[in-house]
Amino acid sequence: MEHKMRTVNTPVIKKDAKALVTGKPVYTDDLAPKDSLIVKILRSPHAHALIKNIDTTRAEAAEGIVCVLTYKDVPNKRFTMAGQTYPEPSPYDRLILDQRLRFVGDAVAIIAGESERAVEHAMRFIKVEYEVLEPVLDFHKAKDGDILVHPEDNWKSLCPVGADNKRNLCASGIDEDGDVDEIISGCDYVVEEVYHTKANQQAMMETFQAFTYLDSYGRLNVVASTQIPFHTRRILAHALDIPKSQVRVIKPRIGGGFGAKQTVVAEVYAAIVTMKTGKPAKMIYTRYESQIASSPRHEMEIKVRIGADKNGLIQAIDVYTLSNTGAFGEHGPTTVGLSGHKSIPLYGRAKAFRFAYDVVYTNHMSAGAYRGYGATQGLFAVESAVNELAAKLHMDPVVLREKNMVQEGDVMPAYYGETLNSCALDRCMARAKEMIDWDKKFPYVDMGNGKVRSVGVAMAMQGSAISNVDVASVEIRLNDDGFYTLLIGASDMGTGCDTTLSQVAADCLECDLDEIVVHGTDTDVSPYDSGSYASSTMYLTGMAVVKACEEIRGKIVKKASEYLNCDKETLEFDGKRVFQPEGDLEISLKDIGNQIMCCNDDTISAGATHTSNVSPPPFMVGMAEIELDKETGTVEMVDYVAVVDCGTTVNPNLARVQTEGGIAQGIGMALYEEISYTEKGQLRENSFMQYKLPTRMDVGDIRVEFESSYEPTGPFGAKSIGEIVINTPSPAIANAVANASGVYVRTLPITAEKIYQGMKNK
Amino acid sequence: MEIGFILNGKRIKSDIADDATLFSVLRDKGCYSVKCGCETENCGLCTVLVNGKSRLSCSFLAARVDNCEVVTLEGVQKEAEEFGMYLAGEGAEQCGFCSPGLIMNVLAMEQELESPDEESIKEYLSGNLCRCSGYVSQLRAINKYLNRGGV
Amino acid sequence: MIRFKNYVKASSLEEAYTLNQKKSSVIGGGMMWLKMQNRVKVTLIDLSGLGLDTIEETEEEFRIGAMCTLRELETHKGLNTYFQGVMKECTRFIVGTQFRNGATVGGSVFGRFGFSDITTCLLPLDSYVELYQGGIVPLKDFCTMKFDRDILVRIIIKKDGRKVSYASQRMAKTDFPQIACCISEKDGNIAVSVGARPNLAEVVYLEKAGKSAEELAAEAADSFRYGSNMRGSAEYRNHLAKVYIRRMLEQFEMEGK
Repeated sequence: MEHKMRTVNTPVIKKDAKALVTGKPVYTDDLAPKDSLIVKILRSPHAHALIKNIDTTRAEAAEGIVCVLTYKDVPNKRFTMAGQTYPEPSPYDRLILDQRLRFVGDAVAIIAGESERAVEHAMRFIKVEYEVLEPVLDFHKAKDGDILVHPEDNWKSLCPVGADNKRNLCASGIDEDGDVDEIISGCDYVVEEVYHTKANQQAMMETFQAFTYLDSYGRLNVVASTQIPFHTRRILAHALDIPKSQVRVIKPRIGGGFGAKQTVVAEVYAAIVTMKTGKPAKMIYTRYESQIASSPRHEMEIKVRIGADKNGLIQAIDVYTLSNTGAFGEHGPTTVGLSGHKSIPLYGRAKAFRFAYDVVYTNHMSAGAYRGYGATQGLFAVESAVNELAAKLHMDPVVLREKNMVQEGDVMPAYYGETLNSCALDRCMARAKEMIDWDKKFPYVDMGNGKVRSVGVAMAMQGSAISNVDVASVEIRLNDDGFYTLLIGASDMGTGCDTTLSQVAADCLECDLDEIVVHGTDTDVSPYDSGSYASSTMYLTGMAVVKACEEIRGKIVKKASEYLNCDKETLEFDGKRVFQPEGDLEISLKDIGNQIMCCNDDTISAGATHTSNVSPPPFMVGMAEIELDKETGTVEMVDYVAVVDCGTTVNPNLARVQTEGGIAQGIGMALYEEISYTEKGQLRENSFMQYKLPTRMDVGDIRVEFESSYEPTGPFGAKSIGEIVINTPSPAIANAVANASGVYVRTLPITAEKIYQGMKNK
Repeated sequence: MEIGFILNGKRIKSDIADDATLFSVLRDKGCYSVKCGCETENCGLCTVLVNGKSRLSCSFLAARVDNCEVVTLEGVQKEAEEFGMYLAGEGAEQCGFCSPGLIMNVLAMEQELESPDEESIKEYLSGNLCRCSGYVSQLRAINKYLNRGGV
Repeated sequence: MIRFKNYVKASSLEEAYTLNQKKSSVIGGGMMWLKMQNRVKVTLIDLSGLGLDTIEETEEEFRIGAMCTLRELETHKGLNTYFQGVMKECTRFIVGTQFRNGATVGGSVFGRFGFSDITTCLLPLDSYVELYQGGIVPLKDFCTMKFDRDILVRIIIKKDGRKVSYASQRMAKTDFPQIACCISEKDGNIAVSVGARPNLAEVVYLEKAGKSAEELAAEAADSFRYGSNMRGSAEYRNHLAKVYIRRMLEQFEMEGK
């Protein structure tokens, strides 16, 4: 049934807005019981070491200390902290605490006590004797190297991802179509370069946090700032070696995630303390811990070869990605896939492609999921290479893209052979060009004071949910007076999905948004959802809402036909009442809602589950305008223009802010956010003092518009928005820098010094 | 040690450790709007007003607020909601975790600067980090808020 | 985080000084840097009750109390009018308003931090440090003095009609500087300081003597030693110093015409 859009596509205010802006206690740490034990971790000072001896007696005896746990106290069954559908592609390579320490910051011991002061004090009394081992710090040397990060025999990989712990391989593989080498050898123009992206931190303002307690049934209750309540339930059961029925996970408001909280970073530590002591416990990560022992983006080095004919038609693309998963394999086998599968298909005219990859273990902090999930890295490489190709061809990079970009109706061999049902990439490009006045500003305008203003361009795609894997479910119930309760398993992490999913429900049920009460997420109450990641929430959970609303509408009409004593085929439902268009009978939804509370044996509720065999890509064009100082190499962001095709925008305000926010993060990645290690494997950028997020003085203007296609498999034509938005700034800014200075910076971040050195060495 | 100060309009006494931060004392007093995002004084989430000036409560010794007037978002609910609804009107509050600190500093800015231009606004608020919004929606909201009542 | 047992709000400089003679004591300024240090002390001495939070202007000088905040320096009309806005220029990029409402001038100067914008800015001016025991010492000399247990009471800047200009370069806008430069000029005598090299600012004096801005800048910039860290290499810093010093000298020339 077709529904008119009344609430969908309008910029309604988020349902939780008032609580958030008035500072109500709605986040994990605000809700933790006052008597929670404070849990802290003693962390490894070495990048690679074995614990020879650990003596906790003095710490345990200290005042206010309740328990100290070491590797001897935890189950010896390996698991993964990656929030993925079971069986997880990420290898089972972790223990809660291990005798082998694999990065500076790895957990040595868990200590819990009555106050932060007591715990910090007592931590100094844990005596550890380490056998320091040589670490693997260079990810180029990890594969088949002499030092193994995971030599243990109980390491295991559940999926065929090409993993081999005896080769330091977390995954490896190849995917190809056509003969790339032959086609490239016949090309008039070939670009072959290597690009390097860093292990950026999501740096959501709320760090990793969780508290745990036992309920009246003796079950472990976990309140956590997580994107993946259901996966967390399973992962904790695995980690603690207890039945899944014994775990309940509740998600309150979350202070941002961006993929960081798609990994179970903090939860296990509080959970095991509660299991051992029976007492409530809370684990609040410091920013320092969030910087050095968390789940950042996979560092990748990507070699790209692109061949084109003399007219600028791209003939073949060859991508090899080396990904650094760090000490553990969380999201290692999957992120790497996107570096090719979500970059190569942008160029639909190519005759052949090859995408090969290795994901290696090193003694760096483990990587995880970060917005863009590998596509960001791949797009920096491929889009930069396309821009370099344009320069070789002496062609405007916009024109080069116009000739080569994928179009609606194309079959995409590098994208699992999917057919593109919805795509407004061409319109995005045309509009972006207009907005930034590309033709006037390309390649640069000399400002006459040693400074030039230049423009740069990049395209991007992402997916919408993981096809044939992700599952979304919702339930909707009719209540007295005719209001509805919408139970969702998706996790609103500030993105506003509680509101946007309610918008979908309100339009399907033809009611006001206020008539929908939304509840998410509690694994005891909410229906199963794989979680809020992979750009799945609106596309997948939104569709589950559409299905559930359809079903409950039928039930409402059927119940009305009973109350009205007529054939249900004669009735229609307009959201407020069920009535006979051809007759006089009618009953209000309010009356139905109230009557079902008395002498009724029908449940007026509906549940729906949805999965998808396709993952329709949203598209985007980003254009950066910068001002570059030719003497110093400094770059100022002047303007950033983005035009997005995310299908129908369910809430234009929230979609816009997602885009602006993603672009600002992308600007950070492009210009400021460095991750580097000392020779001993210590992470240098271990605080916000050293890891520089862009401030409001750094981002320049950001202007966003939408050019919507209509995705037939999405709710009201929607695709996804959450991830794609971070993908264009790095390549677009690199392009603008090259247009201003002639220097292509291929290793992020693009610092003034790299540009200066490049200009000097020309 | 014991200190006495005015918290959100009420005179209170508090027994604190000599080295306690104002941040920890405020959260103990139930001012949960005050958040910690970094420990290194870069994020601005813990911003409160002390004698009318915006301060980072994470690096403010509680001992020093003896006889001072402290205001957190709990004490300016009306103002918070008024400006907050401009934020929400743009979708700019997002996860909301940085909102209390931002709002406190916007209120301080409103007191201190007279009709600031956009550059001054950005400079005044540059110590308030936000990872969700990209800041431009916040700026739209601030402009609308400062120009409310029309001119 | 710093931990200590006793908080003492000093009622006189004498008391503060006496307490500070113990190694287990520490002076609390703005508590911005001190808070972040993992140290355990017995006594924290607070100077905030000693009236050291004022900026006084006399005919001859400005007297800036050690407990004045960077924000007060930034917004002080008299200082900024007299010194052509450099006090604002050298403070406004430091973290954020709230931070500058806390950080003190005394803390910034006493700490002799390599990244100090404040020290860089004060050096080419006729600036002095008033120490409780040590008396009034030229800032230049103070910068090379060993850390001792004296107390910085105030900063004094003479009003001698120098022209002054300040420039810094940062990666992200509110980060530490990659380089900080300040120049002053009076009667053809030029003073140039460069900080964040990454070491503490130092000052050199040059005579104009008909040299071009380019030559003067090179001479000044090359007289410092530079080092490398996360924010830049020695070579790049040297280059930046040259560029910014030259630009400020050129700006002086333009204004002089």
